[in-house]
Amino acid sequence: MPAVTYAGHSVAVNEEGFLVDPAQWTEDMAPQIAKSAGIDELTARHWQVIRFMRAEYQAKGTGPTVRVLGKTSGVSIKELYQLFPKGPAKTAARIAGIPKPRGCI
Amino acid sequence: MKRIVILGGGTGGTLTANRLRRSFDERDAEIVVVDHDADHVYQPGLLFVPFGLTSMQRIVRPRRQQFRSGISFRQAGIGRVDTGADRVHLDDGTALDYDVLVVATGARLLPGETEGLTGPGWLKSVFTFYTPEGAVALHRALERFTGGRLVVNVVDMPIKCPVAPLEFCFLADYYFRRRGIRDRVELTYVTPLDGAFTKPVCNRELSGLLVDKGIELVTEFNTGTVEAGPAGAGTAGSAASGAPGGRLISYDERVVPFDLAVVIPLHGGAAYVERSPGLGDELGFIPVDPSTLQAKARPNVFAVGDATDVPTSKAGSVAHFEGDVLADNVRRFLAGQELLAGFDGHTNCFIETGFGKALLIDFNYGTEPLAGHYPARLGLPLLRQSRLNHLGKLAFQQFYWHSLLPGRDVPGISSAMPARGKTRPRAQAAAGARGHR
Repeated sequence: MPAVTYAGHSVAVNEEGFLVDPAQWTEDMAPQIAKSAGIDELTARHWQVIRFMRAEYQAKGTGPTVRVLGKTSGVSIKELYQLFPKGPAKTAARIAGIPKPRGCI
Repeated sequence: MKRIVILGGGTGGTLTANRLRRSFDERDAEIVVVDHDADHVYQPGLLFVPFGLTSMQRIVRPRRQQFRSGISFRQAGIGRVDTGADRVHLDDGTALDYDVLVVATGARLLPGETEGLTGPGWLKSVFTFYTPEGAVALHRALERFTGGRLVVNVVDMPIKCPVAPLEFCFLADYYFRRRGIRDRVELTYVTPLDGAFTKPVCNRELSGLLVDKGIELVTEFNTGTVEAGPAGAGTAGSAASGAPGGRLISYDERVVPFDLAVVIPLHGGAAYVERSPGLGDELGFIPVDPSTLQAKARPNVFAVGDATDVPTSKAGSVAHFEGDVLADNVRRFLAGQELLAGFDGHTNCFIETGFGKALLIDFNYGTEPLAGHYPARLGLPLLRQSRLNHLGKLAFQQFYWHSLLPGRDVPGISSAMPARGKTRPRAQAAAGARGHR
């Protein structure tokens, strides 16, 4: 499993770049993960989504899908795509250090 | 005297009511089923309606006739459930108190949640086959279709029967070939997933079939807007006049043009769930323990079938395999016994591939669809096209009315997924041996 250094800490990531252990994540890693996902600056709106993803993961054991994010995060799906153009649920989960949200079956 | 109230008289509600009626004496428990309408639709049949391979008349029966004697059926809309007071409020102003509630109201289509989907093109150049009226309207549109771009689009998961949109593509290919106009039709499958199907072994098989049949695959497409073209697109007249078609536009601004679109709208739980605090999740599905089917809302509430949030397909086979675990757990709950964690996520689907053939897949929470045979080595071939599976799919409708809905136990068909007869890839076999999912 590859290891990456974020904010001076070496963390294990899977082949898609998601942290293997969400407990290793700290907020100061987020800007660097975001850059690697093509997002140069994290605004307050980005942070609203990232913190929401973290909280949902801690409560439910899985991150929300885009549709659920649009309904519950206070950020509309349109804006979510402006904030995270390459797929909000996937990108925000990666920046938030949680596993890729389970697509439904 | 206990009262068990079952909301919804579809596949899950009907087979649960019938199983429970058999396990309780009429002096010990009253069973009441509530549904807002009187028709039971054999939903797998809707796939065949657009191609003229069956008709609504042949796939609808009265709900009332599917219940054993001793079950009361109330035809009424559901206002809300007050789980604190163990009471269901009905739209007709009456209320039903319960000792145990079973939520079996399935999934609801939400076409209005996608911009433009129910606009001027709805049921003219943009259709769904997930409703009786949609399937019938699409049948007429396909008969008029003489060439152009036919797009099949899943807006987002979860949906009922996630293989049905792929089956629609395979049957459309077959249909246009039989009409001799396949070379004039571009078929495209547009999905929000990153492949034709979620599970790796099955995804390889189904992606291969799309390639073989010349069906283009567009992945990771999250439909934001549907812009309908003028009615009658794709008919001889429109082709001659060069009329512009419609467009699917994703949230990340990709565009897929079409002359005729078959869209599977967003799904959510029944509307009353939103009006019942604490009962459902943000999409209106009922959070339950995935192996006992007891709702997280209250210990005396259970859910079955498409209405639940369990992590497997929304399919009739799941409701069927959940049925005996659920009925047993309702009985145990009322007797004050511990519930059985008996449901393993067993799912089983025939996938019609056209030309009189079908595939069969069989899986559960921990095992993806694998090759082999079902239910044992001498059974139907798994993950492989065969005439036998197609005949199985056709015969299934009789099994549905006469065995599945009445809640009969069928020898050889168990609720738990059979492992015998399946060929495991090496990595998964090893993981299974370690006891991991």
